[in-house]
This record gives sequence, C-alpha cells and structure tokens, in this order.
Amino acid sequence: MSVQNKPVNQKAWFLILPVFICVAFSAILPLMTVVNYSVQDIIDPERRVFVGTEWFVQVMRDEDLHAALWNQLKFSLAVLLVEIPLGIALALSMPATGWKASATLVIVSLSLLIPWNVVGTIWQIFGRADIGLMGHGLQALGIDYSYTGDATHAWLTVLLMDVWHWTPLVALLAYAGLRSIPDAYYQAARIDGASKFAVFRYIQLPKMRGVLMIAVLLRFMDSFMIYTEPFVLTGGGPGNATTFLSQYLTQKAVGQFDLGPAAAFSLIYFLIILLLCFILYNWMQRLGQSEKEGGHD
Amino acid sequence: MARIDLDLAHSYKPNPAQDSDYALLPLKMTFEDGGAYALLGPSGCGKTTMLNIMSGLLVPSQGTVRFDGQDMTRATPQQRNIAQVFQFPVIYDTMTVAQNLAFPLKNRKVPEATIRQRVGQIAEMLEMSHQLDQRAAGLSADQKQKISLGRGLVRPDVSAVLFDEPLTVIDPHLKWQLRRKLKQIHHELKLTLIYVTHDQVEALTFADQVVVMTRGKVVQMGTPDALFERPAHTFVGHFIGSPGMNLLEAQAGGGALHIGALSVPAPRALPEGALRLGIRPEYLALTEPGRDGALPGSVRQVQDIGTYFLVTLDVAGQTLKARLSPEAERPAVGAAVGLQVLGSHTCFYKNEELVA
Repeated sequence: MSVQNKPVNQKAWFLILPVFICVAFSAILPLMTVVNYSVQDIIDPERRVFVGTEWFVQVMRDEDLHAALWNQLKFSLAVLLVEIPLGIALALSMPATGWKASATLVIVSLSLLIPWNVVGTIWQIFGRADIGLMGHGLQALGIDYSYTGDATHAWLTVLLMDVWHWTPLVALLAYAGLRSIPDAYYQAARIDGASKFAVFRYIQLPKMRGVLMIAVLLRFMDSFMIYTEPFVLTGGGPGNATTFLSQYLTQKAVGQFDLGPAAAFSLIYFLIILLLCFILYNWMQRLGQSEKEGGHD
Repeated sequence: MARIDLDLAHSYKPNPAQDSDYALLPLKMTFEDGGAYALLGPSGCGKTTMLNIMSGLLVPSQGTVRFDGQDMTRATPQQRNIAQVFQFPVIYDTMTVAQNLAFPLKNRKVPEATIRQRVGQIAEMLEMSHQLDQRAAGLSADQKQKISLGRGLVRPDVSAVLFDEPLTVIDPHLKWQLRRKLKQIHHELKLTLIYVTHDQVEALTFADQVVVMTRGKVVQMGTPDALFERPAHTFVGHFIGSPGMNLLEAQAGGGALHIGALSVPAPRALPEGALRLGIRPEYLALTEPGRDGALPGSVRQVQDIGTYFLVTLDVAGQTLKARLSPEAERPAVGAAVGLQVLGSHTCFYKNEELVA
C-alpha cells in the first residue's frame, strides 16, 4: 500500500486524548498561568495591567540574578565533577556477588531514602562547632570552620552535603552498568594481558556510557533545581553565598510577593534548564556517535 | 610454544562424592607442541571447563597442569602466555580494528614496528587489511569475531591458542572459509591450536587429533579416521557419523555369536556374554533375504538425501540405518532383506568399551 491511498483514520486522536488531558492539567495549564502572570502587573485582585515584556527586561538586568545564576552554574559543575568520578569509583569497589553485594547496596542507598529537609537538618547539626562531629572536629584541627559565617565554608558545606546525598545514585547507576558487562570481556582482557586501568578505560567505561549519560543528566537537572537543603542549612547565606536560582526565585515570589517578575524569571529558569539539558544531551550523544563512526562499510 | 600435560580433575562443588559432581572426571592427557586438536562433545560435557583450566581462567580442584614439564596449575593466563578466543565476539568498542589487533602486543610492550608488521600480517590473513582504520564497534558479528580470532593469533610466541566454539556466530559459508584459514594459519605459524566444538564436521576437518568427551570424561583421543573406523566407546560411535553407528544387542558364547534369531560362528575372538555389535551405516550391506550369515530384516523407510539413500530397517524390534549409494537399487518399503552385519569394519563393545 502506498502512502497516497492510506485510509484516513482519525481514531488516533481519540486514543491520545487521555494523555493529552493529563499533560494539559499537569504541565500546560500551570505553565500558562505562569505565562499569564509574567506579562501583567497585578496590583490587587481587581486591578491588573498588561505590561508586555517589561518584567523580562527587568529580571534579565537584575544583578542579584546574575550572581545567583553564576553561583548555580559553579555549583552544578562542581557537583558533576565530584559526584560522577566518585560514583564510578564507588561502583568499581563494590562487591559483585553474594550477601556482601546486597548488604553494600542497602548501605549505599541509605542516604537516598532520607528526605531533603532532614538532610539539611542533619548537616546543620553535623557542621556545628559546639555539638557537631564535623564542625567540632575541624575546629579541633585548628580550622576556624563556620558554615554560617564564612562564605566559602558555607558553599563547600552545601556541596559536600549534596555529594553525600546523591553520589550513591550515581554509584548505583554505574554499578548496574558494570554488572551488565558479560564475563567474556574480562576473561578476554586477562588473556590479552590488559592492566587494570586498560580494563577500565577500554571495557568498563565504554560499556557504562549509557548509564553515565543518564547519571549526568539527572544530577545536572537536580542540582540545578536544588532548594531545600541549602534553605534548611544556610538559608542562602551568609550574604548571597549559597543563594541558588530556586532560592532567589522563592524570595522574589513568596518573600516579596513580586508575582510578575517571579513568573517571568520562572520561565527564563525553565528555558535555561531545557537549553542546558539539550546541549548536554546532544553533546554526549555526539560523543557516543563519534566512537561508532566509520563502522559501516 | 609448549607441550601441555594435564593430570587433573575438576568439580565446581566443594566436596564431590559421586561422578556426577565432577565437571571433569580424573584424566591424564597430553597435547603435543604444534598440534591441531579439537575437543568434541555435547553441551555440558566439560570441554569448556578443560579449556579454561588450560588457559588459566580456572584452577582445577585437584591435580596439575604442566607446560613443557613446568607446573603451571596456578599460573595466570599472562604467565602461561596463552591466547584464547571466545564463543561470542569480544572487541574493544572504542578502538579501531588495528588497535584491537595490536592490544595484546601493546600490553606486552612489544616494539611499535613489530606490532605494525604483525598486525598487518594478521589482517591480511583474515582479509581485513582494508578495514584496519575503522571503528570496531560498528562492524557485523562476523567481522567482530574475525577480530577476536586475529587477537588470538597476533602473538607469535604463544604457548597455545585456544578456541571456544569460535564460529558459532558466523555465517555457514564464512565458516568454511575461516576454518580453512585457521588450518592454513596452523601450517604457517606452527602454533598449538586447541579447538572446542560440539560440531563433528568442524572438529574432524580442523584437527589432527580429536578428543571426544562426554559427561566430564574423555572417551577417546585419536585421528578423525580412527574415530570413524574404530570408535573406542559406543558414545564415539553414535556421536560421530551422520547418522551414527548402528548398535545391535548380541550374545557371544562357545565360539558362536547370537544376534537375535541368527547364530553364526564368531568372526574374531570375543569375550563371553552380552555384547553390543557396532556397524556404521556406510558399511551395512543389503543382500537377498535368507542368504547365509545375513540377518533377516525389513525395510521401514527409504529417504533420498541427494548423494545417498538412507534406509531405515527393522531387525527383530531394533532399528538400523544403512547408507546406500544412489546407483544401488532402491529397496521397496516393507520388503524383506538380508543384512550383512559382520565384516572387517564391525566393532564389538562390552560395557560400552571396545573389546574386539
């Protein structure tokens, strides 16, 4: 049957209707509400003025936003640079079989089960100089550590907390990737006289590419939207040292009740994440493709 | 290059009590330097276990492995300097074909010039010279397996090259070609090659010496000819050949041989008691019914296989097969015939072992 005389069948629209309704209520309608706010100045429930792109212009020129965005990019980059290699290293050192494997899996995933705000509280106590193990220990070592007073300390503590909380996720994904490598590869490598590093570089890393891509995307998106933990731990301070994008947004929307600028910024935020994920994903796809390039004759 | 002596047994269970607990029953055998061997047997007979013990991927639970008299039981594959090719292609995805072939040499710090020359030589043998700079990941399964074979053959100084059913994933027409290639490489490089397979054609065409195994036991080691003419065990008889050897219940006593209703003078000195008579379908001749010394039977089925007729016969409740040349007269189904079962090619077995 050629394309021309294919029968016209509109039943498909009916079949995708449920999905369409779900997506409409869960994503499109809320997003449109935000779009609605972003182009109006709401003075009170009765009085609102259409302002066009004014809020967008204002938000884009906001120095505080630039600082938060820069802070956010640094933080997400640091998260990826620390958590991905650390997660791989952790996965490589985890036992492959037996009860030890199950026990390790449970222990490793423990931190993933803790709610975000509890994680913040744990580290708040952990880092205190008077009663916290880490804070007290660092003080005892002669380091004047204070996550409430020192901007660098605060930033590093938030990073450390995120590493503690989420590296296991990367480790679990990498571990799953490692377990899917057939034994014959390791046997062949032994026969070929490959060193441990060569096994990692030429077998394990290429075979983990798929899961690592997912790990990078997940960790990037999540860290880019981080809110609860720094909010509980530092409240964004000291100063603006740990104010990331979502916290800045909340201050605008809920703190100052500037719904217009906050809505405009939400949309920009959303587009930034979308754009960065798009770039990241395509870059990693390209990376994988170039490895397969020239394969067909 | 080395002579490999095995004197061992292996069990995957910690305390083997009976024969079935062993993957390899106690055995003693020698692979001579420069020989082409095949380990032949059905799945689960222990042939891959034996191969992994030789390569050093597995340590036998008892006994020793010697290379040129030197104890290598616990040596790593690296120390044994052995090459092995696996059933499914193993290639390094991120490397080109040339880098794949060079990998075993590179890991052993072979000089760059030698590597290039060696890789070129092997690529030429495998007809992959034009693909050397391609990524290995995108190639077809056939070509990937050729790379695996190449990696096994690239080192000139190996003790032995072990093949674990390497042609399973290869197309039939390429199989012939690659098998011939291996044979040719064996002549050129004089490497010791040990080839595991469950395919008798593969084993018989590849090897000078075939080791037939079943249930963790080596039942016969010999030339393809010996396995065909004088199977040392009934298993070898019916496993090798297409179809396998006919086995008939018989009784020997007082210088006579009784096969069903037929009694004839014993053709050779036979041990007394229950025996099994083995005759290959190729040697089973059909004669007139009632001829002297012929076993009475009837034709049940005649199949035209193209190059021969395969005749299925009924003899006192037992089924025999005979291969007749297409020039012979095609027997009618249901016809009564006489079967000439005794001759120089007839073998006699007692307790599954060849006795006469």
